[in-house]
Amino acid sequence: MQRFEWQRANTPEMATAHTRTTAQAMLSLDKEPEAHQSILIKAGGVDLLDLMKAGLVVPKRLVDISQLHELEGISRTAEGGFRIGTLTTLAQIAGHETLAQQYPALIDAVASAASPQIRNRATIGGNLLQRPRCWYLRSAAHHCLRKGGAHCFALDGDNRYHAIFANQSCAIVHASTPATPLLAFSAEVELRNHDGKQRRVALKDFFRLPQADLHRENILADGELLTAVLLPPPSPANRSVYLEVGEKAAFDWPLAAVSIVLQMARDQQCQQASIVLGAVAPIPWQASAAEAVVQGARINSETARAAAEAALTDATPLADNGYKLHLVKTLVQRAIMSTVN
Amino acid sequence: MTDELYRRERFPSGLAHLGLDTVEREIPSDEPPALAANAELNWIGKAVPRWDAREKVTGTARYTVDIHLPGMLHAAVLRSPYPHARIKSIDISQAEATPGVQAVLRLFATDVPDEEVFVRYAGQAIVAVAADTPELARQVLQSITIDYEPLPFFVDLASSKQAVNATVYENSDLAGVQSAGLPAMATDYELNVNVLGPTNQHSRGDIHKGFAEAAVIAEGRYQTQVQTHCCMEPHAIVASWGGDALEIWMSTQFTAGVRAQFARQFDLPLARVRVHANAIGGGFGSKSQMSWYGRTAAELSRLAGAPVRLVYHRDEEQLDSGNRSSSEQALRIGARADGTLSAIQLQSYGSAGTAFNAGVGAIAAAMYQCTNVDTEHFDVFTNTGPSTAMRGPGNTQGAFALEQAIDEIARQLNMDPVVLRDKIDGSPVRREERRLGAEKIGWAQRTSPGADSGPIKCGLGMAQSMWPALVQTNAACEVRLWRDGRVEVLSSVQDIGTGVGTTLIQVVAEELGIAPELIQVRIGDTEFPSGPPSYGSRTTASITPPARVAAWRVKQALLSMLASNWEVSADELQIQQGQIYLQSDPARRISWQQAAAMLRTDRISETAGRGDDYAGFASHNGDAAMAINGLGGVQFAEVEVDTETGVIRVLKVVAVQDCGRPINPIQLESQVQGGVLMGVSYALLEERIMDTHTGLMLNPNFIDYKLLGLCDMPEIEVTLLENYQGLSATDAYGIAEPANIPTAPAIANAVYNAIGVRLYSLPMTPDKVLQALGTVRGGQG
Repeated sequence: MQRFEWQRANTPEMATAHTRTTAQAMLSLDKEPEAHQSILIKAGGVDLLDLMKAGLVVPKRLVDISQLHELEGISRTAEGGFRIGTLTTLAQIAGHETLAQQYPALIDAVASAASPQIRNRATIGGNLLQRPRCWYLRSAAHHCLRKGGAHCFALDGDNRYHAIFANQSCAIVHASTPATPLLAFSAEVELRNHDGKQRRVALKDFFRLPQADLHRENILADGELLTAVLLPPPSPANRSVYLEVGEKAAFDWPLAAVSIVLQMARDQQCQQASIVLGAVAPIPWQASAAEAVVQGARINSETARAAAEAALTDATPLADNGYKLHLVKTLVQRAIMSTVN
Repeated sequence: MTDELYRRERFPSGLAHLGLDTVEREIPSDEPPALAANAELNWIGKAVPRWDAREKVTGTARYTVDIHLPGMLHAAVLRSPYPHARIKSIDISQAEATPGVQAVLRLFATDVPDEEVFVRYAGQAIVAVAADTPELARQVLQSITIDYEPLPFFVDLASSKQAVNATVYENSDLAGVQSAGLPAMATDYELNVNVLGPTNQHSRGDIHKGFAEAAVIAEGRYQTQVQTHCCMEPHAIVASWGGDALEIWMSTQFTAGVRAQFARQFDLPLARVRVHANAIGGGFGSKSQMSWYGRTAAELSRLAGAPVRLVYHRDEEQLDSGNRSSSEQALRIGARADGTLSAIQLQSYGSAGTAFNAGVGAIAAAMYQCTNVDTEHFDVFTNTGPSTAMRGPGNTQGAFALEQAIDEIARQLNMDPVVLRDKIDGSPVRREERRLGAEKIGWAQRTSPGADSGPIKCGLGMAQSMWPALVQTNAACEVRLWRDGRVEVLSSVQDIGTGVGTTLIQVVAEELGIAPELIQVRIGDTEFPSGPPSYGSRTTASITPPARVAAWRVKQALLSMLASNWEVSADELQIQQGQIYLQSDPARRISWQQAAAMLRTDRISETAGRGDDYAGFASHNGDAAMAINGLGGVQFAEVEVDTETGVIRVLKVVAVQDCGRPINPIQLESQVQGGVLMGVSYALLEERIMDTHTGLMLNPNFIDYKLLGLCDMPEIEVTLLENYQGLSATDAYGIAEPANIPTAPAIANAVYNAIGVRLYSLPMTPDKVLQALGTVRGGQG
């Protein structure tokens, strides 16, 4: 790791002055001689320090926002939902009793991310903005497409952990475990730029596929700060479930994950369905075809099986990750059935 | 005392829990009498807390990485980014001219011109520098210009085996190739492109006749992966020259051994090299030698005229500190209808990267009785970091194949796997281990594969291990008694985490009849008598007998002094709980401290060496010998397999192990637990993953290289046999390696019992389980 300056941000404006996204910093390291001039925001620092140790970003300065307490904490919104400040740690979210009752899938996902030590340190904002998992992306020796190179090494390399959806140009998987339930709950993010301008963006519009942008996983711009995650009001009719499969029981990214939110009517009739897959695509993957199967249908093993099949629509597995199809099927089926069992 | 050189003694013999017998041995007359069984002892066999536990848990223990000497410089190493290349030129001039850089060292022989230098794996060291700060040292590496000509390479065994042109060595290179296991020379064999061998053959009887007699034949092709050592403390050394003497602090498994290597390397007398190893954070075989990095630190220190610290980063650990070699084993076993084995045929390939001796052990030829055996092994060189010994090298890979094949024979004969092994395994100790283990795991309740109705299937499986009981015959230990009654135990033996220091205290406390608090252990320093290496599961067997002998001699000296003072015979004096008294008149007594105060000199001292085992050795090679009976263990695993996700959970492992006389049961249990955990991790998770196109390692970190975590750990139940044979002053042997060997095959056999499908490849990840179940298609690779 190379030497860098460190600065504590006392205002959100300091955090947005001349700062870059890590995606831009990683890309520019390759393209521009002034790459070392990057100024990066550090919150929990979990992913950032890994990127720095690997030499993937070489910041001139880190602006530490961890003392901006106004960006921390969970509160009610006027609409009756919740506002989770960007600096709220995963441990704080996992321990929030009201959220646990009203958004159980979110809490299960958050509580299963990483390890207790990391959850004490990792912030929800940093978690959503962490760079993807791909061992080629994260190896400085592989000058891959996402870093500005000409080749995706994963497509013809070892892709056992890579994406089975939308993987034609770049087969990264999105790394955020909480992102799948947040998307399933139709959460939004609040972004603030240097002029103090705020915008609210639905999470489904926040993430970007490689087809749309090869170098970034989201629309966050340089000089922009993700300030909060906004959860819509909970519905008593909602049943939500988070399930994952991993090689390790903890401290590892899942091989596949699913978050579902089903709005149920009487007789186990599903009115509204949201089914989001994790660890299988460059972004949290909305399984629309599966949602369509469930929506308006009675939840039983037949529907669950049909939805699981539909969840694989558009899947394009690579040489080593065909097994993920089966994991997705199992997870979707089990998640749907657990809402009625 | 007698003038005779030898006397006869009766020793406890047999397995303690079944009732002991005795055995008579002829022993040197200057060694102590037979030690009673543990039940009759005060300190040996008791759960004495680890001597350095407080230091370790409070963070005050000093590891090599904690050594900071005045004026110390920091080393960094430039490593090859290519898996195979010719180096056309190396330009270090800019680095040499950088202020704060004190030495720059090219790591290839100076008489070889640059253009004839080859690098054979990514991560191979080329240039080392020593600078004022670690940051500067690493940074200045970027100013070194190397012109590489990349060459073709293979990083996986399967492709390298098929190679048409050599990508690693020519025959003329073989003299410089290091061995990954037991000492052997690559030059004894013929190189055919990237394949060397057959390097290791066991042949007896006639396998054709054997297979003709077979009622059933089990045949399988097994694959095992490359596993890295993952020591918590990285490889680390501080080297410091003072005049013509070299002082080394090193995280090493063999202080005395590396002293000899440094002395030879730098043409120094043994007495002018001193090696320290205080606390050590694991070795598992990877810290046994001086190695190039040790030599490099000493060279840099000599060049710079200052102490030099060289510490590996985690990626360097993963790339270039050794690893367990991979294997491909085609194993065929024939058995008669009664279960007796009629033929064993094994053809194996293994890759130790750029090293050789990637064997699969002798376990297939040696564990079970069979008259017709044919095994041959081939080494396949690949452009990957060299393997080195790793906890049960060879037999761990071999057991994965053998123990599954034996279970397959049992299945075909419709026999219980335990019953079959009772028939074909001549070891009475292993038989008892099977009996105890079966009882503890609830073997009788074992069901047929697939018996559970839901998607989650449970299974029980077992496997066993064997390992030679090794002894280092030049191991020595000194015991000192000071006038204040305090006792020191001194040896260069190092404690790599197994707790040998505690063991030494127990043995000396037992012999002297005093409390452990009076005893201080000083180890890990070659100024003391040379101890054994901590590899090959030989430390306890090698160092505890001389410790007891030396303590006994010190005791004899103290008692003779006191006897002549009291005008009695030394034979009439007894020591118990720190009191010395006259047997015929127990009221006539004196405390240990009072007796010590009567010494004529400030201290007395005795040094003893490790004599031969009382019944001799099975074989002797240099300073290493093999006891007449080997070691082993039997492990039973209970697993749960989710047939819809392919995830295997190991719920419980019962490990029944033998190590001669157990000296410290809690330390032994924790070593067995370590062996089991390493085995579960090997079975389910660990794998060095190489990119076949770039030749680079994809998981040189602890995120992508998956190690077993707390939540993945099974319940582990350890049972230690007390196995007395009357073979040395302590009758104790090792346990580290036999506790690691059977875990993976025990799990594989349990998986078969759960789902009725056999897994032939490690690690047993969800994708492989789903593939084996036929749920998903095989990979296209």
